[in-house]
Amino acid sequence: MRLLYAFLAGGLFGAGLFVSGMTDTSKVQGWLDVFGEWDPTLAFVMGGAIIPMAIAWRLVPGRKPLVGGTFPAPQEPKISRELVLGSTMFGAGWGLAGLCPGPAIASLSYGGMWHWVFVAAMLAGMAITPSLRVRLDRLAPAE
Amino acid sequence: MEQDWIWGLVGGLLIGTGGAVYLLGNGRIMGASGIIGGLVDGTGRNTLAERLVFLAGVILLPILLYPLYGAVDTHVSTNPLVIIAAGLLVGAGTRLANGCTSGHGVCGISRLSLRGIVATVFYILAGGLTVVVFRHLLGVI
Repeated sequence: MRLLYAFLAGGLFGAGLFVSGMTDTSKVQGWLDVFGEWDPTLAFVMGGAIIPMAIAWRLVPGRKPLVGGTFPAPQEPKISRELVLGSTMFGAGWGLAGLCPGPAIASLSYGGMWHWVFVAAMLAGMAITPSLRVRLDRLAPAE
Repeated sequence: MEQDWIWGLVGGLLIGTGGAVYLLGNGRIMGASGIIGGLVDGTGRNTLAERLVFLAGVILLPILLYPLYGAVDTHVSTNPLVIIAAGLLVGAGTRLANGCTSGHGVCGISRLSLRGIVATVFYILAGGLTVVVFRHLLGVI
């Protein structure tokens, strides 16, 4: 069942990214570009996605996941420098190419060679992150 | 297209429903960078099958829907420097921050997570600034 739910979730995610137009980099950059011809689509996608998720979070207290186990514990509201630095780096890359991890994967079948190059670079970036964390700690030890 | 926002909303609802299935079914947060990243750095070894099956769904559904559209232009940049730099930044940035648009954005904001909201503010500001600088000032993208 765990695999069935994962496939269903991935399928809904992929279908949603496809029909919403979020694999079109010009729509993402068009939303970020407040000085250009602004494209509001991304706001509708984000808003639409938050509605079912907010309902799901409300169902969590007092229940268990369908496959058993436990739900993710509430996060400590700690704003680390990794969160800020990482999100800023991610945003810069997102703006440059108009792709984030989900749409980059969803568009692999039809986006052409440059989507594969992007995903390869993204995987490389993910692979070097553990050593990046070590360097960051050495450069400025966390308090 | 005039109905772009409607399809945006429909797509958004599908994405959020996927996140709800992953949360209520498997008790996990649907974050694309976390699901992929766990495969790359080995932290997801115990949940390998679940991650691969999820990603198979993400890739497969667009393949099934594609014939209904005929052609989809993603308008992706063909500048190797831009694409490689962007990929590296997205990969390292999302792993450092422990989340991207789906994890911090969709799943985080919907539970009013402070970390999710802060991350989203920073990646949108950085993204907006990058587009302004590289499109309007430098003319690279």
